[in-house]
Amino acid sequence: MVPLSYYLVLSGFLFVCGVLGFLIKRNIITIFMSIELMLNGVNLSFVAFAAQWHSLSGQIFVFFVMVVAAAEAAVGLAIIIAVYRTRETLNVDQVNLLKL
Amino acid sequence: MPRARAPAPQDSMSITTFAIISIIKSLAVIGVLLTAVAYSVWLERKVSARIQNRWGPTRVGPFGLLQPLADGVKFIFKEDLTQPHVYKPLYIAAPMIAMVFAITSISVIPFGNWVNIGPWGTYLQITDLNIGLLVVLGITSMGVYGVALAGWASNNKYSLLGGLRASAQMVSYEVSLGLSLVGVLIIAGSLSLRNIVDAQRHLHWNIFLQPVAFFIYLISAYAETNRTPFDLPEAESELVAGYHTEYSAMKFAMFFMAEYANMVTVACLATLLFFGGWLGPVFGPPLLQAVLPVLWFCLKVFFFMFLYVWVRWTLPRFRYDQLMAFGWKVLLPLAVANIVVTALIVAWRA
Amino acid sequence: MLHLILFLFFGAICVAGAVNLLVQSHPINSALSLIVVMASLAAEYLLLGAEFVAAVQVIVYAGAIMVLFVITIMLLNAGAEQHTKGSRVAILIGVPGALIGAVLVAWTLLTRGHTGSVAMGALPGSPQDIARLLFHEFLLPFEITSVLILIAIMGAVVLASRPEAIARRHTESHQPDPLPQERQPAPQLVGSGKEH
Repeated sequence: MVPLSYYLVLSGFLFVCGVLGFLIKRNIITIFMSIELMLNGVNLSFVAFAAQWHSLSGQIFVFFVMVVAAAEAAVGLAIIIAVYRTRETLNVDQVNLLKL
Repeated sequence: MPRARAPAPQDSMSITTFAIISIIKSLAVIGVLLTAVAYSVWLERKVSARIQNRWGPTRVGPFGLLQPLADGVKFIFKEDLTQPHVYKPLYIAAPMIAMVFAITSISVIPFGNWVNIGPWGTYLQITDLNIGLLVVLGITSMGVYGVALAGWASNNKYSLLGGLRASAQMVSYEVSLGLSLVGVLIIAGSLSLRNIVDAQRHLHWNIFLQPVAFFIYLISAYAETNRTPFDLPEAESELVAGYHTEYSAMKFAMFFMAEYANMVTVACLATLLFFGGWLGPVFGPPLLQAVLPVLWFCLKVFFFMFLYVWVRWTLPRFRYDQLMAFGWKVLLPLAVANIVVTALIVAWRA
Repeated sequence: MLHLILFLFFGAICVAGAVNLLVQSHPINSALSLIVVMASLAAEYLLLGAEFVAAVQVIVYAGAIMVLFVITIMLLNAGAEQHTKGSRVAILIGVPGALIGAVLVAWTLLTRGHTGSVAMGALPGSPQDIARLLFHEFLLPFEITSVLILIAIMGAVVLASRPEAIARRHTESHQPDPLPQERQPAPQLVGSGKEH
């Protein structure tokens, strides 16, 4: 038996790592990976709650999150490639044409 | 951790017996797999030689049967070159990744039925999972990292092109491979490889029920294992040696063994899913009855290994855009159509 | 007890992978540590009994989505990250803020939350049960996500293909296609993208 809160703390830790990566990292690809990490953290708490409440809906939700993540990765990486083609950089600080 | 969810038969024995039997089974399976890998290299050299009107290996042992051992010794004693321009951590890790995933994927493959050894009985399978087929697909889908990282870490344009080609090709053909299996799953109604075989009793082999799915599976599997006519990642006439250009000695041997281990896994899966696995005529005394299913299984796997070699020395290589177009424009629609037709027939008969 | 040991073991791998993702400066190392996180999360799902979710996690996340990331990194030849000025405000306020929030949540959950505990394999999510739920109760969301992913595929093709390539395809359709390596990224998702 493992307390549910352990799972939630692990899930929260992964989410915070994702947030920190999103804030600290300057490479667009790594920023995208941080978003995936956040989604993974959320998935863990969905599955843990599903086990707690004996309802499969939590596990179903994980599939929807995965579909959204896949769509996001496909479009996001396509955008990254388009940006790289015009700007020749992956650093988010150098993609600043709209800045004053 | 998958062992914690093993099926009922093991519950009757103590955890120690279970662990001992599992370890013995794992060691036996790995030993048999590695031997099979070594001798499929021998088979490939022999058959290709006969196809080209040569003799192939004849010097080491009768019919060159000890050639794999000699090759192994040669690989061990060769100098292990590491170029100064490679990215070392991944350069070293890549062959291990390829090898580990190639060997682990055999863990849920059943080789035969229930056997009794003294007081204990066991399935001829390391572990039976409810989601066995998905586990094989998952582990083989991780194998792509070995090839991709090898190409990237070698820091060489030929390797990089090989790695890129390999990852794109494997991701593409994985889709049609997975979809081709759905028809089989609809008929069997289970993801456990043991149940899928049990559903094919009385010669209801899936090759007769799902011929289209079988050919899609076979073609995609050749692409997944990077074998001719889909060996673009290591196309020697274009890319020197593709992703393993910079590898030598044991590291190269690991890629080599991973490729053949993947071939064995694919052949096992084809046997289990479409050719009735270990099913076949069983007769005679109890000992023969225990051995015959395994023999049938091995014979069918051998047929697929032979087919691999036969195809390799018969067909020329595809061009890369032809490969992609074939995967996405021919195999994928065919697989989807197969699913729709199968589902309609099953629903109509229910 | 076994459950706790396994949970801590895979949880530790998970945490190590997540921290490594933050520490590494080269994107390919970050991608590999993310794969480690995903694989150990699949193990955690197995502990909770969600076997089908675990398999899909490995096949879809680790085996497909992360391959896309690795291909992109290889294709763009992304080097190590340069530490430019960055958004200082985000780091100065965001990092302590996120850490404080995390500690608060963890403290609340571990001391105040009476959440009960879960057994090993508490809720077996077999493929049959999941399919029944997915295709009965969640049919509408399922169909909507399928439309979503279709749109995403088309968007990826449009975004990743070169404008001049599209223009040429319209004018001279008999011309041989450019090298396949030039437009790897989206094609693996949708086809070779060189329709005539």
